[in-house]
Amino acid sequence: MRSRSAPAPLAVSAVAVAALAALPLAYLLIRGIGGGADAWEIVTRGRTAALVGRTVALVAGAPALATAIGVGLAWLVVRTDMPGRRLFGVLAALPLVIPSYVLALAFIAAIGPGGLTGELWGGPGAAWIFGYRGATLALALATYPYVFLLTAAALRRMDPSLEEAARSLGRSRAAAFRQVTLPALRPAIGAGAVLVALYALSDFGVVSLLRYDALTRAIYNQYRSLFDREPAAVLGLVLVVLTTAVLVLEARSRERGRLRRSGAAADRPAELVPLGRWRWPAVAACAAVVAVALVLPVAVLEWWALSAGAELPSEGEVAGWAGNSLLVSLLAALAATAAALPLAALAARRRTAFARSLERVTYAANALPGIVIALSLVFFATRVAEPLYQTLALLVFAYVVRFLPQALAGASGALLRVDPKLEQASRGLGAGPWRTFARVTAPLVAPGLLAGATLVFLSTMKELPATLLLRPIGFDTLATEVWTATGVSAYSEAAAPALLLIVLSAPVVWLLQVRTRGEGAAAEEPPPRE
Amino acid sequence: MATVQLDRATKRFGSTVAVDGASLTVLSGEFVALLGPSGCGKTTLLRLIAGFEAPDEGVVRIAGHEVAGGTWQPPERRNVGMVFQDYALFPHLTVAENVAFGLGACRRGLRRRRAGEAGRVADVLELVGLPGHGARFPHELSGGQQQRVALARQQRVALARALAPEPGIVCLDEPWSAIDPLLRAQLRDELADILRTAGTTALLVTHDQEEALALADRVALMRDGRIIQVDAPERLYHEPVDRWSAEFVGAANFLGGRVARGRAVTALGDLPARGGGGGTCDVLVRPELVQLAPDEGGDAVVTLREFRGHDVVYRVRLADGTDLWSQRPSNEAVPLGARVSVRLEGGPVAVFR
Repeated sequence: MRSRSAPAPLAVSAVAVAALAALPLAYLLIRGIGGGADAWEIVTRGRTAALVGRTVALVAGAPALATAIGVGLAWLVVRTDMPGRRLFGVLAALPLVIPSYVLALAFIAAIGPGGLTGELWGGPGAAWIFGYRGATLALALATYPYVFLLTAAALRRMDPSLEEAARSLGRSRAAAFRQVTLPALRPAIGAGAVLVALYALSDFGVVSLLRYDALTRAIYNQYRSLFDREPAAVLGLVLVVLTTAVLVLEARSRERGRLRRSGAAADRPAELVPLGRWRWPAVAACAAVVAVALVLPVAVLEWWALSAGAELPSEGEVAGWAGNSLLVSLLAALAATAAALPLAALAARRRTAFARSLERVTYAANALPGIVIALSLVFFATRVAEPLYQTLALLVFAYVVRFLPQALAGASGALLRVDPKLEQASRGLGAGPWRTFARVTAPLVAPGLLAGATLVFLSTMKELPATLLLRPIGFDTLATEVWTATGVSAYSEAAAPALLLIVLSAPVVWLLQVRTRGEGAAAEEPPPRE
Repeated sequence: MATVQLDRATKRFGSTVAVDGASLTVLSGEFVALLGPSGCGKTTLLRLIAGFEAPDEGVVRIAGHEVAGGTWQPPERRNVGMVFQDYALFPHLTVAENVAFGLGACRRGLRRRRAGEAGRVADVLELVGLPGHGARFPHELSGGQQQRVALARQQRVALARALAPEPGIVCLDEPWSAIDPLLRAQLRDELADILRTAGTTALLVTHDQEEALALADRVALMRDGRIIQVDAPERLYHEPVDRWSAEFVGAANFLGGRVARGRAVTALGDLPARGGGGGTCDVLVRPELVQLAPDEGGDAVVTLREFRGHDVVYRVRLADGTDLWSQRPSNEAVPLGARVSVRLEGGPVAVFR
């Protein structure tokens, strides 16, 4: 069938969405470049070099640690006879329900100054969790499930005869793993590590709570200084440059992965490696990861929520924060899905270069860290659109820009499932266009749209920097409350909203699990968080 | 000398018995085909030999040494070359690196580490008809041509990789299952030439009787985990052990009759019978032994006619209502619906009681 040119309303709305999505980056560039020599002077300062160095150190350390944990767990769970491997296969993905800054809060509330260990046994608390070590550990433990899920899926997909071929050509089990299995897993491991790197780069909550002076924290502090906001824009651009570098790396690793993918897929499970006397040490290692990344935070927050009754926020307060969170998340989910539809429809139905490049612009523009989007919108509102500053509308707009890729992925996947031939078949069977839409198109598209909307909803719920910068005065959400209370060491105040966030985030993992199991393709791109 | 010897090997997966007390000997330099329907356990048997599965009972010996049973030798110590169904070429290595993969490993006790790896790689690539392809990656093998060309080349590389370390035996697991029939025949002949040139012992797993009969010195017929007959192709075809084997190995007619004085007597005449004894029996008559002659007064009618180019297949209904298949050269034309007289030629024929 020849594809007709896109109808004007669809193309126009798609272009409008793409333009709006590109607005924060564009405006930041304008401000940064227009900032003048004074603002750019910050780049040459030694302090900036130190900031970039610390950020790079974090972006190297967190993925390295997350990769070690994720690949190790994936191998144990998929390829060995470790007792309880199925159970650990589920448990190891669950830390995704814990927003990374909640994990950071749990660390501080457990062993930090004034934390749980201090309350119970006295002592000053562990100072080491503040700074590089704590931030790396918290980020790695919060994000290793990305590496774990991608690697486990790749291990399951891998054709077992590759390893067998290596064995029959004289390689021991270990040599076959090193020379054949690892190279085959490299694209998946690389994709996971890049996700973690992007996460670490854009993370604001963990480095702020654990007082590690990375770029995001510095940008926020610079912005808060109020006297001179231009340097914040320049620092934001530095962060954009780093993000672009990581994205280029990702594109390269993707290219390599596509080239070297073996055609054959697993038609049978591979033989399990007997661990022998290493069985129980392996169980202990898995249990330790799950304990620190999942059980400890929940238990510590539970303890703080139940102790010290007087400081507890009232139920009404908590309900108010939760209500605000739910309100903005719902608005963001609806708006993002509506915005994604024309872009997805254009890309799915009219396979033109124009449609594809629109989609790509939207994705690229939105790999921006939340703090950069928020900062740019603050500048934009204060300089250009004053009435919008600190309104709910601008806040929701920021969420939509930030999480549009998630909605877009859901919508594109959903629309791709609708083969035009199905609609033609319906028309051929005598159903009119409306009936066809209601009976064929809508039922096929609905699950994907809903999945995308759900992801946006949950991501918005957890989003911290955009909410902090753009919320209307007095508008507190669960996320901002966790941040504020932790900042002043009011752990029992932070505990209730943090626990509520965990409960509300649980469906993300469920969605992720279903998508990983269900479709091989979807497993390649788990949704981003925060 | 026996290169591979399987002695009453049994392999179970849970409650299913994949290989059930199978015994098989492959002699040095021999080409044996393991033939059977899908799911009969032939691939499992191959994996027992290669060392990817351990037998629950029985013994596997390679070059006279026990490798499974009382002792256990892992796959890397068995000197068995494998050509997998999907070829399993390492996607991250070039063709030359794939072929050299088995050369670099130290095969302690089996083989000295050799010098001149590159020379060996070039020789083997030459042998399989892919000289000068060493620098490509497996996914680049199509050279811009169709998928079928790429598959054929991948198969050649897989064969080269298996042959390079000069294994005691090469095991091939349905190597042509993904390749279309035309190219398949060509690759089959090519393989036979290559193995003969290299003087390699080979075991081919296949469900295609034509392939097995055409290539192998001996064919082992497998059903439900058991090896039910091991024989030269001609014998397997003409003297199958039972009706099922007769029908699996080729098209078959069974005519009622009886055996008397060494001859099988049927309504269509008598033929020398294989095996002794007497009494009523079913006589195996292959379609190419059934001759048709147009005959107005004949009591048989052609009820189906398939012109296949190299021959014509007829279904003939006899006076007593039985259907008989006949395969004739394509220059003998009998029209559909014609009355014919039927005569059996050749023999001796197999009889089943």
